[in-house]
Amino acid sequence: MKKILLIGWKDLILAFRDRAALILMLVAPFALTLGLGFVTGRFSGSDSGGLSSIPVVLVDRDGGQLGNALVDLFQSSDLATLVAPTILDDPAQALREVDKDRAAAAVIIPAGFTASIIPVPGSATTGQVVHIALYANPTRQTSAGVIKAILDGFLSRVEVGRVGGQVAVQQLVSHGLIGAEDAAQVGGEIGMRQAQAGESTAITLKGALDSEAAVQFDVLAYMAPGMALMFLMFTVSNGGRTLLAERAQGTLPRLLVSPTAASQVLGGKVLGVYLTGVAQMLILIVASSLLFQLSWGNPLAVLVLVLAAVFGAVGWGMLVTSLAKTPGQVSTVGSAVMLIFGILGGSFFSLDAMPHWFALISKITPNAWGIEGFTTLGLGGGLAEVLGPVIALLVMGVALFTLAALIFNRRGVAQQ
Amino acid sequence: MPAILEVQNLVKKYGDFAAVKRISFDIKEGESFSLLGPNGAGKTTTISVLSTLYAPTEGDATVGGHSVSKEPMAVRQLIGVVPQDLAIYDDLTARENLSFWGQMYGLSGKALKARIVEVLEQIGLSDKANNRVKTYSGGMKRRVNIGVGLLHKPHLLFMDEPTVGIDPQSRRAILDSVKELNKQGMTVLYTTHYMEEAQELSDRVGIIDHGELIALGTQKELTRQVGENDTLILRVGEGEDAEALAAAVRALPGVLQANVTDGAVTLITPEAEEVLAPVVTKANESGVKIRAVEIQEPNLEAVFLHLTGRALRD
Repeated sequence: MKKILLIGWKDLILAFRDRAALILMLVAPFALTLGLGFVTGRFSGSDSGGLSSIPVVLVDRDGGQLGNALVDLFQSSDLATLVAPTILDDPAQALREVDKDRAAAAVIIPAGFTASIIPVPGSATTGQVVHIALYANPTRQTSAGVIKAILDGFLSRVEVGRVGGQVAVQQLVSHGLIGAEDAAQVGGEIGMRQAQAGESTAITLKGALDSEAAVQFDVLAYMAPGMALMFLMFTVSNGGRTLLAERAQGTLPRLLVSPTAASQVLGGKVLGVYLTGVAQMLILIVASSLLFQLSWGNPLAVLVLVLAAVFGAVGWGMLVTSLAKTPGQVSTVGSAVMLIFGILGGSFFSLDAMPHWFALISKITPNAWGIEGFTTLGLGGGLAEVLGPVIALLVMGVALFTLAALIFNRRGVAQQ
Repeated sequence: MPAILEVQNLVKKYGDFAAVKRISFDIKEGESFSLLGPNGAGKTTTISVLSTLYAPTEGDATVGGHSVSKEPMAVRQLIGVVPQDLAIYDDLTARENLSFWGQMYGLSGKALKARIVEVLEQIGLSDKANNRVKTYSGGMKRRVNIGVGLLHKPHLLFMDEPTVGIDPQSRRAILDSVKELNKQGMTVLYTTHYMEEAQELSDRVGIIDHGELIALGTQKELTRQVGENDTLILRVGEGEDAEALAAAVRALPGVLQANVTDGAVTLITPEAEEVLAPVVTKANESGVKIRAVEIQEPNLEAVFLHLTGRALRD
């Protein structure tokens, strides 16, 4: 294990001493993110930023104060550029709109939603608990994520209002300012006022898990991961290239005649590529956080997603390397893979705008899974919400590593 | 002295092409042994198999009693390898290179640090140890390349043409260091296509050509194969018909052999000075102008010529 770490560490040092590689690893993704930020108006105060006019279908079967408030929120001027709501009466028709890919999501507000939270006048208790249904379009995950974040934000404020009303009423009753018989009516009014007070900040999307931490949807939260993941593919193919370059320059054969097993040498090389990829992603994340004030989301979840994304990407890098015969071939094919995966994986544009088949094909790329995960985190999701992409990336990595190892084994590391 | 390396009927094939053809030899502990042969003779392939990089196709070899095909890890503990190409990292310093390679050979801690200081001293790069290798001259890089092979004090050191493509001063330094290492007791297997290096460094020489070991012995034993014969080299002008001259002088009394190598006519003769006059006469008769004449005492070049009909440089 020590030798694997030594080889990996050596490769990490060499990667960060290669100026040409550093430009493509760090400067290029940063510059492209910056450029796209300017193009989309991120730095000029425009809120149009990439995602706009997200089609969403609303069905309000509640008709009460809270149901109306939610519909009003989606129709508010603050969200006018971000969402394009359509009001329907029939939930089945709303679902069909999503199924036919005409909407990113459908929000079904059930009957009794308001009563389940605010006691009706003259009653001390609320009605039966009901749930708002969100029907998300799987091919428009980013847009559906935005709708979910808006919904989470609204529900979060409703919850704040409900709890705030309860606490206020308890205080009023205990101090003898109101009678117990008036408690239900007063509580309802306070809660309603607090919930409605939040409407003026509708453009601020709040995460369901952390109602205090407002998450501003930022176009860079989509672009920065896209660029970072695209250039991660350069890093992993360049790392794979060094395996063949070491063979050509004689250091690989020299390693293989030292008391080091071929599996240790290969393991060390893979570790070096992996460490370089992780370092690249973390540097880009920290730098963009500091310079663009970009929030990537829950730090632990971001780290887990980075580790998984690099694992999947390194799998592709090793497969390309195992199939190539010269360092030049790895560079050529690696560059092509970087660009194709960048386009296919959604690094340049949202996959939500693409046909269903395109979104399906994109799943072979670590870019698509990574962007999906980072967007979820950027919108306030946590580790649990990105488990899907994380598992997909790990499975991808294991499958590709296995394939690459079989090819290496057949060809021989030294004589490939 | 017991043999530290024993090679038995070693064959290495790449597909149908046999790069090494059933060679056998041994090297005693403390011996300095050279494999001499032209480019493409099979020297590097032989070293590659003996250092366990490639498995032999047939036959086997043992280092310190360990089979290169069956116990490669045990063999690797005993050997050091200085490859023909520079196998070091340009973007690391000399010290970082030595540290990395030392750890790959199991050195660590104070022992590693002390050994790095010793080796840097030995290769004369103590004052530039913290500069990146890419800033070094070719000769300095070669010295680092050699230093890496010495770090773990191997019992048997393989040196594969370590002086190729470097300046005379660095070449001299490398040859002196090889002699010094051997004097200190290290067994050396040195491959070269320079006859002078093999003559200067080796206790015994194996001459290899087209993958076959065609001669083996001390220099005296080998030169005895060509007897006391001299080598007479006739350099002719550009455009002159060297083949015609070789054919003309081949029939002269006292000329044992006449071949054209590198555009010059090379004669093997018991007494070069005696045949010189008739050779010049023949040249005049043939209309071939001789530009220079060189007489060589018996040496390994002559042995190779005698055995193959070609010069080492061919």
